[in-house]
Amino acid sequence: MTERTSGQQPTAAEERGDSIIQFPASETVLTTESLGVLYDGTSAVEDITLGIPRNRVVAFIGPSGCGKSTLLRAFNRMNDLIPGARVVGRALYHGKDLYDPDVDPVEVRRRIGMVFQKPNPFPKSIYDNVAFGLRINGYQGSIEERVERSLRAAALWDEVKHRLRESALGLSGGQQQRLCIARALAVQPEILLMDEPASALDPIATSRIEDLIDELKRDYTIVIVTHNMQQAARVSDYTAFLYLGKLIEYGETDRLFTNPKEERTEQYITGRFG
Amino acid sequence: MSEAFFDPRKKQRERRGRIFRWLCLSAVWFAAGSLVILLVKVTADGMPWLSWDFLRNDPSRIPARAGIRSAILGTLWMMALTAFTSFPLGVGAAIYLEEYAPRHWSTRLLQTNIANLAGVPSIVYGILGLTVFVRAFALGRSVLAGALTLSLLVLPVVIIAAQEAIRAVPRSLREASYGLGATRWQTIRHHVLPVALPGILTGTILSLSRAIGETAPLIMIGALTFIAFPPRSPMDPFTVLPIQIFNWAAKPQAEFHELAAGAIIVLLVILLLMNATAILLRNRYRREL
Repeated sequence: MTERTSGQQPTAAEERGDSIIQFPASETVLTTESLGVLYDGTSAVEDITLGIPRNRVVAFIGPSGCGKSTLLRAFNRMNDLIPGARVVGRALYHGKDLYDPDVDPVEVRRRIGMVFQKPNPFPKSIYDNVAFGLRINGYQGSIEERVERSLRAAALWDEVKHRLRESALGLSGGQQQRLCIARALAVQPEILLMDEPASALDPIATSRIEDLIDELKRDYTIVIVTHNMQQAARVSDYTAFLYLGKLIEYGETDRLFTNPKEERTEQYITGRFG
Repeated sequence: MSEAFFDPRKKQRERRGRIFRWLCLSAVWFAAGSLVILLVKVTADGMPWLSWDFLRNDPSRIPARAGIRSAILGTLWMMALTAFTSFPLGVGAAIYLEEYAPRHWSTRLLQTNIANLAGVPSIVYGILGLTVFVRAFALGRSVLAGALTLSLLVLPVVIIAAQEAIRAVPRSLREASYGLGATRWQTIRHHVLPVALPGILTGTILSLSRAIGETAPLIMIGALTFIAFPPRSPMDPFTVLPIQIFNWAAKPQAEFHELAAGAIIVLLVILLLMNATAILLRNRYRREL
């Protein structure tokens, strides 16, 4: 590779005009190969080939309906739950295709956790919300200790430590979303998928979630879907731009937002559509 | 376009609206009025006969000594056994149809059939009960045979009510559970059923309150006989309130007609209590959610 001085000299990849970044296999936890999702035979996303690097935050951006959530849900086989959904291509997690017939989606979802758009705590106590994942997965250690650690990791412990037995539905929206993050962290996933986690929250709660994402990437790999470009720019290391079900561009966030290679990326991030 | 193109006829349009409103109102009065007349007539006839003795005595050929103890106890037996069989079967079927059944033409066929069964006349269930339970299973004219027949009758309604309750559980809740690595059964057991339970219970109670007034299928399986004693086991012969009412109403003496009115009041009170329970249950769980 040629030496690079502050972006003046293009890298080999850039010279080839590659608008989709490649990572060495040793750095990626998840790689898709021509991945596509169809609903009742109609393609929602198609031919997605990208790698998710370890301990980084990757953001999926794009206008509504571009397939970014669908793609995210393909990573932990959440689309299995939708009747009529079908996945083609491959999604390799540590070299193993998540869609191999011998792969158990239940096991996949424990290792690849998910936080949803609308906070969806169980109508149970705060404690039980976090403990549920531990109990159903047969956690052998101290559940109490693990609940506390997860709540601390989600920056919620101090606010709820005196009312763990109260209903989670009494929390504010932002607290509920952090509870959902704590709940996902409790089962010790490797990857955390976040589907527009702050879209239902006010600006203060949103900023707390964003700070949290920054903290979490030390221990987890995070893929976040957002329709908020500023948010993608703030929290992510890499950004993928999807449009009409296709991956248009994927690269370092700073580069993609300042110097997009594809015309459609530029049009989107400058607000000409979407 | 200028104003001249409109002929609003506002007066006429408003008059039409008023007429329609009065038509609807008279429909309400017709329905509510007939109910009120029925209740007044029944209360006037039956009230004088209502007493603790009326509830405590068994039926008798002498009107003054006749009571409905055996009919009340028969009804309670019948309802308990019907609930006991139709609840697990109905909820089980609903869980299968909602959570497990593949999207397939056979599932849709099954679903359509259940909806149709809910509309089958109850006498048809009586014939089925007579053939299957009374004769083929040799249960005779027992409470059990009657309860199984009524279970068949309410089963479609219980299934549909339970399905609706299960379908009303938000998808976000299921996704949250699956997202943590829960299996289908763990999700159903810990999240879907607890949230759906109040709706399932309400639907079951309401369908039982339909069964409590059923007479035709029980007559069909041979329950229209004079039974002066309450059942002591599921295999005993029985009578229930509607059959007792039918019995008395069919007699020529006026006193028996008044006894029938008294029994109708008791049946209505039980029915209202069941419906009130269903509503209370629903409200209470809704608040907890």
